[in-house]
Amino acid sequence: MPSETAKSQHHRLSAGSVGLVEPKRHTFPGPFKLACGRVLDEYTLVYETYGTLNADKSNGVLICHALSGHHHAAGYHSESDKRPGWWDHYIGPGKPIDTDKFYVVALNNLGGCHGSTGPASINPASGKPWGPDFPPLRARDWVHSQAQLADLLGIEQWAAVVGGSLGGMQAMRWSLEYPQRLRHCVVIASAMKLSAQNIAFNETARQAITSDPDFCDGRYLEANTLPRHGLAVARMIGHITYLSDDGLGKKFGRELRSGTFQQGVEELVEFQVQSYLRYQGDSFSGSFDPNTYILMTRALDYFDLAREYDDDPVKAFSHACCKFLLVSFTSDWRFAPERSREIADALMHANVPVTYAEVESPMGHDAFLLPNERYEKVFAAYMNNVAGEVRAEVSV
Amino acid sequence: MTRKDLDIIADWVAPKSRVLDLGCGDGELLVRLAQQKGVSAYGLEIDPEQIQKCVERGVSVVEQNLDKGLANFSDQSFDTVVMTQALQTLRFPHLVVEEMLRVGRECIITFPNFGQWRARWHLAFSGRMPVSDLLPYEWYDTPNIHFCTFKDFEVLCRDHHWRILHRQVVSESPVSAMLKDFLPNLFGETAIYHLTR
Repeated sequence: MPSETAKSQHHRLSAGSVGLVEPKRHTFPGPFKLACGRVLDEYTLVYETYGTLNADKSNGVLICHALSGHHHAAGYHSESDKRPGWWDHYIGPGKPIDTDKFYVVALNNLGGCHGSTGPASINPASGKPWGPDFPPLRARDWVHSQAQLADLLGIEQWAAVVGGSLGGMQAMRWSLEYPQRLRHCVVIASAMKLSAQNIAFNETARQAITSDPDFCDGRYLEANTLPRHGLAVARMIGHITYLSDDGLGKKFGRELRSGTFQQGVEELVEFQVQSYLRYQGDSFSGSFDPNTYILMTRALDYFDLAREYDDDPVKAFSHACCKFLLVSFTSDWRFAPERSREIADALMHANVPVTYAEVESPMGHDAFLLPNERYEKVFAAYMNNVAGEVRAEVSV
Repeated sequence: MTRKDLDIIADWVAPKSRVLDLGCGDGELLVRLAQQKGVSAYGLEIDPEQIQKCVERGVSVVEQNLDKGLANFSDQSFDTVVMTQALQTLRFPHLVVEEMLRVGRECIITFPNFGQWRARWHLAFSGRMPVSDLLPYEWYDTPNIHFCTFKDFEVLCRDHHWRILHRQVVSESPVSAMLKDFLPNLFGETAIYHLTR
């Protein structure tokens, strides 16, 4: 039997892992003007970096996270960590985002709850947690704060800005807000705007949180409580939409965890899928701030890439100077392949280079986080060319 | 696609123009057009293995099923729409050409000539559908459902009022290559047409 230390040594040293990583933090002096009109006097971002920044600082890759993501995208925080960062499968030595070639930057977005300034932080004006008074944010606020992080790191131009889902929206916004500051934009399982159905799911999730008696109008921290149940239900709703009917069916079918269908027995049955969903909800609600969940889902709802370009995606993308890689997954009904095709169409009409792959997967929206041979191959080949470009630039 | 085919197509594509390649395969033509003509080009492809090759070569390739049409492209949004060696596999070749000429100002189409002497010889003397290097499939298991000859294609163009800007026939075998200029429909293996409305 290997000891606990020996096992963790194994994952730390195993090929393909960035190993032990340590989060960094920086407080940016304000004023930082937000899309809603309000101003933050200062804000803190927590971030991690993997790999080495090259001499001319051209090999930076920014990872934009999705709804529940954070700065810990790859590697382990301690020897005893059971699980690596949320995108460890795709970031590391020899992986699609190869840390032998790239300097990878992953952050917790403004408004998040993993160390960056957000609703759970102390509002300097009141000395109490911001709670519901934290300003609403939009994807562009994240992009602008990420640009300040790039300035801090001395990165004038990213080799690539990469994101899945809500992260893909930020990546696309980068291409319009700072066209000169990225060479490539990688948009995975994303959309130029949410559908009514998507907004409906988000609203149901928010209602689950706000109708929890412990929500206390968002001032639960001051009340020393937490709407755990509401957040768990919100997560359960979200989770269902991230999986596919087929995927859930294959994983759980109608398997029972307990009870029996036998007649004459009154005990209720519990399906495996019930217990799975509850577990997902419970574990999430212990580690995520409900106000952040509300803030993030609202930012998702608000996002509309082409709104200020006369609702014309072609006009919007005609401002982009980078090249695009788009990936979607066949069973993803939350950010369906059709949404990615719309992005590809707009880019082609705007004369912007784009590569688009529609990857077969039964895993629904979650597929963008999971192992998939074709996804890995396409992603790796594309990023390999990005690395080649950056190298060529250096040798010139 | 042979080097000759590529040379001819590259000749007809204007520098710096916008090109759409339907069924771009491994992206060979697109690489060539990008290098020689500086075009901004996209390939449409459905086969994941071919798409992978395109990505490795740095070609802009978009996964799209051509059976579902080109409705996602607006009128005259490309200078040239290219389709190589796929005409004979289409359910409605004439409708696809119409679509190509809606999306592009011009189109370039290549297809194998079913009137080539070896095909004629095969059908005439063995009484069976030709199977050769160029046409390697049995009749019951082939993607090629609409073979035509140069003459057939010319009639199609005339009937649809498509203007033929250029036509070329290509033959790999030296004898056919010599004779194709005199009797293209008999000795040409591959037809390459450049059309507009």
